[in-house]
This record gives sequence, C-alpha cells and structure tokens, in this order.
Amino acid sequence: MRKLLAVSALVLCLGARSPKLSKDDQVIHALNRLTFGPRPGDVEAVRKMGVKKWIDLQLHPERIAENPELAQRLAPLESLRLSQVDTERNYPNPQMIRAIAAGRQAMPEDPVTRAAVERVVRRFKVKKDTADNGPLEPAIPLEQLLSREQIRMIRTGTVDQKRAVIAAIPGDQMDDVAIALPPGLRLQLLPAVEPMLRRKLMLLTAPQQLVAFDLSEGKLYRAILSNRQLEEQLVDFWYNHFNVFLDKGADRYLVPTYEREAIRPHVLGKFRDLLEATAKSPAMLFFLDNWESVGATAPQRGNAKRPVRGLNENYARELMELHTLGVDGGYTQKDVTEVARCFTGWTIRQPREGGDFFYNDRVHDKGEKTVLGVKIPAGGGRDDAEKVLDILARHPATARFISKKLARRFVADDPPQKLIDKMAKTFRDKNGDIREVMKTMLTSDEFFSQAVYRAKVKTPFEMIVSAVRATGAQVDFAFPLANQIAQLGEPLYRKLEPTGYSDANSEWVNSAALLARMNFALSLAQNKVPGSKLDASLFSGAPADIARQVLFTDAKPETLAAIEKQTQGSASAPVVGLMLGSPDFQRR
Amino acid sequence: MSTRRVFLKSSGLAMFGVGAAPLWLARAADAPSARKKVLVAVFQRGAVDGLNVVVPFGEKSYYALRPTIAIPAESAVDLDGFFGLHPSLAPLKPMFDSNKLAIVHAVGSPDPTRSHFDAQDYMESGTPGRKATTDGWLNRALPALGDAHKSPVRAVSLGPSLSRAVRGHNDAVAINNLNEFKVHEADGAATFESMYASTLDTMLKGTGRETFDAVKLMQSIQAQPYTPANGAKYPGGRLGQSLMQIARLIKADVGLEVAFTDVGGWDTHVNEVGQLANLLGNFGQSLAAFHQDLGDRIEDVAVVTMSEFGRTAKENGNRGTDHGHANVMFAFGGAIRGGKVYGEWPGLAPEQLYENRDLALTTDFRDVLGELVVKHLGNGQLAGVFPGYTQPKFRGLIGG
Repeated sequence: MRKLLAVSALVLCLGARSPKLSKDDQVIHALNRLTFGPRPGDVEAVRKMGVKKWIDLQLHPERIAENPELAQRLAPLESLRLSQVDTERNYPNPQMIRAIAAGRQAMPEDPVTRAAVERVVRRFKVKKDTADNGPLEPAIPLEQLLSREQIRMIRTGTVDQKRAVIAAIPGDQMDDVAIALPPGLRLQLLPAVEPMLRRKLMLLTAPQQLVAFDLSEGKLYRAILSNRQLEEQLVDFWYNHFNVFLDKGADRYLVPTYEREAIRPHVLGKFRDLLEATAKSPAMLFFLDNWESVGATAPQRGNAKRPVRGLNENYARELMELHTLGVDGGYTQKDVTEVARCFTGWTIRQPREGGDFFYNDRVHDKGEKTVLGVKIPAGGGRDDAEKVLDILARHPATARFISKKLARRFVADDPPQKLIDKMAKTFRDKNGDIREVMKTMLTSDEFFSQAVYRAKVKTPFEMIVSAVRATGAQVDFAFPLANQIAQLGEPLYRKLEPTGYSDANSEWVNSAALLARMNFALSLAQNKVPGSKLDASLFSGAPADIARQVLFTDAKPETLAAIEKQTQGSASAPVVGLMLGSPDFQRR
Repeated sequence: MSTRRVFLKSSGLAMFGVGAAPLWLARAADAPSARKKVLVAVFQRGAVDGLNVVVPFGEKSYYALRPTIAIPAESAVDLDGFFGLHPSLAPLKPMFDSNKLAIVHAVGSPDPTRSHFDAQDYMESGTPGRKATTDGWLNRALPALGDAHKSPVRAVSLGPSLSRAVRGHNDAVAINNLNEFKVHEADGAATFESMYASTLDTMLKGTGRETFDAVKLMQSIQAQPYTPANGAKYPGGRLGQSLMQIARLIKADVGLEVAFTDVGGWDTHVNEVGQLANLLGNFGQSLAAFHQDLGDRIEDVAVVTMSEFGRTAKENGNRGTDHGHANVMFAFGGAIRGGKVYGEWPGLAPEQLYENRDLALTTDFRDVLGELVVKHLGNGQLAGVFPGYTQPKFRGLIGG
C-alpha cells in the first residue's frame, strides 16, 4: 500500500511538470494505452504515420478499414447477432430441458424452441422424477458408441488424434456421441473440432452456455484482431462502467443485445445518448430490478393471490452512484427515492411479445418529485425519467466523475487533477461528447509525460490479449483464453457487483494472480493453451532480441540477467514465455 | 505435542534443505511452542438480511413489517425464546447450545451510507466514513513481531484477488487454491523468482517475493494429503472450500494468523425467501464443518462473520428488501462465550427504526472485532487497528 501511495504521490508531483516522452516512447506509449498491446509491425506503422495522426484516426474508427480475419472469426458466433427473443428461443435453459425430459413440463409451442429442446431431450432417458439439477442419462451410453481406445484418445490424445476419432464416427451417430459424452470429455474435444461442429456439440448438450461462449469469444477476437482498437478498449470500458452481470437470470439472453445496441454504437458519441440507451436496455432494467419497480400510487391487481408490488430503488441508486454523479456527487437518500419514483413504469415486455423496453404508464408514480433540487411536476409520464437523465448528464459532478474514470483507465491510477479538470471542462463545453473528452485527454501533456509511462499494470484481459498480439499467436478457438482470464481474476461479463472491475493496479497484483500470469505465459509459449498456436521458431534469437520482440522496447537489465542465468543451465523454459511473465510485460 | 516440530523438521525444512531454509521457518521449528492465535473473518458481500438470519420472532412488529417474507415463529430454530435462527442455519444450533457460538444483533457500521461499495470498503478498512485509508483492519490487527523474519503467510485472503481487509504493510497473500499455488513449470519457477527478486519495479517486486515465499510453503503443505478431521464434511461451493483451505493452513502450523474469505449473493432485493434459504444452508454447513474439522484446535481459532449493512425492516414491493443499516454477526472459537445473543435489541416499532426504515444500530462492529483483536489475537494496540475509534465498548464475548 505504501508503495502505491509513493507512486501516486510521484505522479501528482510530477504530473504537471514531468518531462515529456521522447518521440519513440510516445509511439510505444500510445500503442500501449489505446490498444490491447502492439503487434509486430505496429510500432513502425505508427511512427511512420505520426502519433498525433494515428490517435486521431483511432478516435474515428469509421475511417479505419477493418481486419478481414475478424469477420471470419465472428461469423460462426451467431448468438451475438440474434434478437433477445430469438436468443431465448434458440438456446433454451437447462431447467426447462430437464423439466420437459422428466415429463413435468410440456414441449414449448414455439417451433424454434421446440426443435432446440427436442434435439436434446429425445436423446436422454426420461426419468419421471429427475430432480431439477440431477444429471440426465443418455439414451445410448458412450461405451456402446465408441471403443475404449477412442474414449482414451478423446481424453488424453493430441489434437490430431482427437480429430481422427471424430472423423471416424459415422455421420448418423455423431449426435448420439455428442449427447453421450460427459461434460469433461466434451470440453476436451472442443478445441480439436471446427467451429461448426463445436457449436453442434454445444447445442446438443448445453445450449444455453453457447451465449456465454459466443460473448467471450467475440470479445476476445475483437480485442485480438480488430484494427479499431480504441473502439474496443472503449466498449470494454463502457460495458464495465455500466456493468451487467451475465449470470443473473434473464440477463443471460439480454447481454448480447445490450453490448451490441446500447454500448457499442455510443462509445465515442454523446454521453447522454449512451446513458439513455443503458437506462432503456432490458439488460439493465432487469439487472438492477427497475423492470419490477412500480409506483406506490399504481393500481394493484385485485387478486388476493398476487402480492403487492412496490418501489424498487436499486437502479436509481446505482444510476447516480456508479453511472453518473459518483458516490461523492452530492445526492441524498431522498434523491434516490425520488429518482426511483421517476423511473416507475420503465419496464420490459414479455419475451414472447418481443422482450423490448416498454413504458407502462399504468404503474407510473405521477406525483410531484424533486430531484437534486429540481422540481418535476405532477402528472408526468415517461418523460419524468428522461428529465432525470438530462439533469444527471448535465451535472458538473458527472463531468468530473466520468473524466476521472477515463483518466484512470488511460492515464494513471491517480490521474493529475489538472488533467481531470481539463477533461471535465471539455465534457461540459461539448455537451458530454465523449470523443472530444478523449481527445483532450490523449493530446494532453499529462498523457505524454514520463511519469505515466508504463505506470499502469495490465488487467488480466489486457495481459492475455497483449501476449497473443505481441507474439502473433494464431487463435482459432478463443474460449480457453477466456478461462485463463478468469483464472487471473477477471471472468468476462461476470463481475457480480454493478461497480464493474477496478482500474487500479493494486486490484490485479497479488500472489494468486501473479502466479496465474506466469503460468499462462509459459503455457502460451509452450503451445499448451488449447486453441492458440504460437510459432516458437520466431523466438529463437538471443534473450535481448526476444525481449524487444514482445516488449517493443528493451527489457530491463535485471530481467535479462535472470533469463541469461537460466539459459546457461541445462533444461530451460522458453525465453519468450519468461518474457511474457516478466515484471516488464505486466506494465503498459 | 511435538508433532508440529517434527513436521517442520521433516517436511518444511527438508523442502529447502537445512542450510537454505528461510530463517523464520528454522526458528519456528526451534521456538518454544507458543501456538499462534488465528482470527478468521468471513464477509457476506451484498448486505445479508440479518433480520431473517437471526429472527426476532418475539417481536410483533417483525410480522407486521414483513407480511410475505417473515420467517414464521414455528419455523425459526429457537435460541432464547425471542430470537431464532433461520431454519437453514440448523447446523449451527448445536454450537449455540454447547455455548460455542455467540451472536451479536443490531450491530454494524455507524456510517449512514447504503452504498455496497462504500460500506464494504469502510468495513474492510476498519475506518467508516474515511475513504483515504489504504490498508485493512485485519492487516493492522497482526501483533507486531520483533523478529524481522516472519512467516510469509501470516495474513491470507482466499480468492483470486487480495481482499481489502488484509492489505497493508504486513505481507499478505491471496490464495485461490492450495493445490494450484505454484509455477507449474519447474524450470520457469526459479527464473521467475530471480527476475522478480531483482526487478526495480517495487510493487511487483514486493508481490513477487511474497508469492514465492508462499509457494514454497504451500508445496510443503501439499506433501500431505488432507482429510477433514472428526468426520467434518464441507459443502460444495466457494465458502466451504475456502474454509477447508484455511483449516489446512492452520493445522500445517506455518504461521497463519489472520485469514479472510468472502461469500456473495446476499443482495436480495427481489424474491428473497428462496434465495436466502439456499445461501444460508451453505453458509451454516460451511461454518459448522470448519468448527468440527478443527476439533481441539478451535481453542486457538476465532471466526467472525460480518456484512456491510443490513436490510430494510419492511419488505419492499418485490418480496425482497432494500439496503438497510444494522445487521447480525456470528462469532465462535477461541475463548468466545457462546450460547447468547449479545447486544441491545432496539426493537422494530416505527419510532424505534433508524430513519424510519431500518434496524437501528446499538453496537459498533469495531466493538466486536476490537474485542477479538485484543483478547484473542493479543494485540492491545487497538488505536492502531481502528484509528479514530477512541471509545470501544467490548460486549464481553470473551471473558477477562
């Protein structure tokens, strides 16, 4: 802790008058901060274009031609493109499947869902009293379909051996094999088969998990391959700022639409638009319970069995504390209640009716409200909440809070107040134009100061993606990387608290996480990460050269000394792995 | 019992080779056997609904306030004629009856915040209302050791990130899983260790050193497979696993003094009844298993549970509760005198509620933690552990 304080104090003191980075360091710094790590060739390309021009280009992603490989990798991830309703129809949840298999629930009427459920259910033995989370037995056991040798190959064989087993299975038996495979074996098989067969395996056995799969894979491919790197950094930043936990009930179906339609289109746009898009998104309405919040004055259904519904303050609080003003932004408990009253009626249609945002006037609290000193007259409707969004988006505390958060992500854990003030001023002057605020930040002296060079520790996502990018590793199955990221402490889309993941160095630097980083680095270097392939022959030079290849600058002498000492010994871990796990590589 | 010394000499030291063993381990093996006291803190993240955990079934207002989610008097596991445990906590009843388990009600942080993030921060830093504190109360609670050579695992948090409560100037280690706690490639391990030992990056150097010292320790513990003692059965899930790892570390006698683990999911705004029952089932079984597993060793180990704040006395419109104020804490082990619900019960009548909505506070959480720090851990420097808290009022959980 004291060390962190010392570094922060240093940044504060030097921030304003810290020497500016050399031209070469500016290139590396800009790449480190705006992208998920440089790839071979990036440094030369940016130097040639000029840092300022490159930053400006990244601020206008529509002007950047996209990497064609990205579209190719994203193509099979169809759940990312589906509407909320279709997501639920195509990927039924396990409870429904079990209930149907056990005879407790009728087949769904919707033909698409019915087909999806049938695919799974008819291959299981139907047991009348199967508990909700008991395992289902396959109709044909695995031993009748595969030889013991084949099963052993799947479990412990090489990728080629696994492929051979699959190729030998007659087409009409493939579905039965897929069902009969226990989850552990199925997981062993996934890296060895093509995307389409992979999806088939998942659809036949665990359809609902496909959505989570696709989300993680999509996010990884974009971070690794997209040329619009700053845009991807900002999608990550804004999703985290307006965090939604994937595993909360219906959010499993709602998050792909959320990221695609509420977050991505607005990352460099107007904050007010982004704010409204999240406020109206079914994912957020569900996650923070506003969809169930009704006014005290709302008519209650005259049914003795139906419990009385009421006001739910969860979203109102987080809207102010986490999304706009910040916890010190000057709102009171009373404001929270008043804001909640304004948002009554902001809810979601039933899935079978489309599952979209819908304003239900019948449950809206029409009384007069006062929010942060502003009176909202009685008799209002949907626009009560819109007025709240206006108030919050325009509030000076919001300008400061958002600016500070952006500065923490892109500049330093404890950004210089002067910089935050400059950014906040731009925020206010330009009506919350995020691109303009980013421009103020990325062209500032503080951004290009020595004090913040390599000052931030990479988050798990950044560490793993930057390792893949730096080494040019080919990824054709990204999900195992997502597992690794979870090991390092940042399971994607799975931050439970609405606060999202922290941007502070200290969050990520602890023993378990550090060990996981070292282990990942060595695994990647030894091609032990399923789905990723690194070309070891590219890293056969002297340690100092390999260091430059992955760090894009010189390694520290101490790091090199440690590596040189080991390579003089007998057996040795690959130098590129040691470099990726070094203290040098953990910083950006 | 000389088993401890034998263990250290045979596996711990053997691990390093006698000459190369870190001094603290060598000295520990020779030191007179003053077994270290251990304090284990379990944090229920999300603001658990204390009023449904330890149910004031003797309080009429309780039922009026919670028409659909109150625990019926006949379902509660009676403790003293007024309070009862949530039925899912039945595994804890024997501990209460044998005077091992103490309960404190209407306890918590005096700070009025109802923000999860802030309140958790305040409770882990031990300084409610003060955001500038950078370390945690558990780290500050460690008694000062004159010896410069200390065990690297005096302070441990279970999980992939180092919890706020154990951060501070004393070395602290985050452990996810004892089995996995090493660099898997033997060749890489030595090089990484030397790299991190010599780097000028102070933050990473510090973490690196803690990491590798702890790795060596875990290796030595791994050498013996672990079976929970006395027939204890930890339930599945993170909390059970974490407590089991802590038990294992304690029994390995490697100098563990404070441990922290957490369990989430308590933020029951909607449809509280089923969720809370499930969570408490696992919670109660985990704590009971830990108690059983430790056997006689429990006299050295105190466990305390806490949550950032409680929940509204009145149920909300969604068969749940919103953020509140005072809550409940459990404590057992060491010389804690169980079989009692401590604290002053403020009542739930309208005029007795805090801000007309929540259970009022009558005990500061630092009174409870402070008493454990002083009387169990033996650290009398309370002002250093809870800066700004000048008037602690111990409730007598521990005699003397």
